Amino acid sequence: MNKYFERIYNGIIKENPTMILMLGMCPTLAVSTRAMNGIGMGLSTTAVLILSNLVISLLRKTIPDEVRLPSYIVVVASLVTVTELLIEAYLPSLYEALGIYIPLIVVNCIILGRAEAYANKHTPMLSVMDGLGMGLGFTLALTLAGLLREVLGNGTAFGAQVMPAGMEPMAIFVQPPGAFLILALIIAVMNAIGIKTRQRKLVDGGCDGACAGCTAECPTNKEVDAK
Amino acid sequence: MKSLILIIITSALINNVVLNQFLGICSFLGVSKQLKASASLGVAVIFVITIASAVASLLYDFVLAPLGMDFMKTIVFILVIAALVQIVEMFLKKTAPAIYRALGIYLPLITTNCAVLGVALTNVQDGFNFIESVLSGFGTAVGYTIAIVLLATIRSRIHEEDIPAPLRGAPIVLISAALMSIAFMGFSGLSF
Repeated sequence: MNKYFERIYNGIIKENPTMILMLGMCPTLAVSTRAMNGIGMGLSTTAVLILSNLVISLLRKTIPDEVRLPSYIVVVASLVTVTELLIEAYLPSLYEALGIYIPLIVVNCIILGRAEAYANKHTPMLSVMDGLGMGLGFTLALTLAGLLREVLGNGTAFGAQVMPAGMEPMAIFVQPPGAFLILALIIAVMNAIGIKTRQRKLVDGGCDGACAGCTAECPTNKEVDAK
Repeated sequence: MKSLILIIITSALINNVVLNQFLGICSFLGVSKQLKASASLGVAVIFVITIASAVASLLYDFVLAPLGMDFMKTIVFILVIAALVQIVEMFLKKTAPAIYRALGIYLPLITTNCAVLGVALTNVQDGFNFIESVLSGFGTAVGYTIAIVLLATIRSRIHEEDIPAPLRGAPIVLISAALMSIAFMGFSGLSF
């Protein structure tokens, strides 16, 4: 397989950031009330991820190693600000729906994780494809969670009625507890059919939970480990 | 006065940062395995979020807003938070080594906790003044601590139980969190 397409396959299936690596849990839980929100959030994150991978990969020989994390954060924060302003201008309804979670893309572990684990070691073209693959994998996972919650909790899919009108929707699924429940069920099904989520690293006997993929990838934590 | 107390109760219980807003999920799920670690993290989070809300509020009111640089807030806040965590760490190391040792690894981990940036941005969005921002930061952090300590206690109980194989690990923790979230929905009935 072509090495560029291999990156996309890797991001969507083999190392799906949400399902396999368990990164970026906060937006996954928060915005998955509707399938459309999942797509919107996923594509916004994809855009930021592709551009941040590109910029960081281009600058990988320029940025001194000691200050690379603050530099990455500035790059990502600038890109997120641009994305936020664009969404506010052209997609006001999406801006309303996602609210505070758009600026919070800055602290999404996936973006810093890919910068540190991939973009600062590979060519710009490969990094862009990696960003695209990871972003699409994230979008897919968010949309799946959003779709399940929307169908169960509201009886609709992408806004169109799919459940029989006589069926009372289970409102709990579009409320906060539903986010935890749906994610628990998705992971349980994956466990049951034998898809292995990445073995989590332990931080000082503490961190081994769902987003501790963070711990494996997140540069800040890696530095902490080294101390 | 009444409105200030209301801010604390709202941010700590009714809009609980973890169970209702989904901020800081990583550490909520990751660290809650041990009760002691959870309590230490909770204290560190209260410390950092309260200070970060104060600094972010001052910066916004006296620098960003007068200069019309509202759009810079995400960049400025994230850098301030990262620097602040470093400063707090160095300060505690020098002046209060006992607290520093107790917090250990959890202090630097807070930079990646999205609750800190989330609170700073929500305060601006809600138009809170300095005192309201500090109180809302404090309340949010207390809510975080309550949630993580409760989950740690639950996890120490379910650890011993015979759980169906596919549900072991992350799923059962998420289901516990879902039940806690349902319980916390009850607080939305509080009226003043």
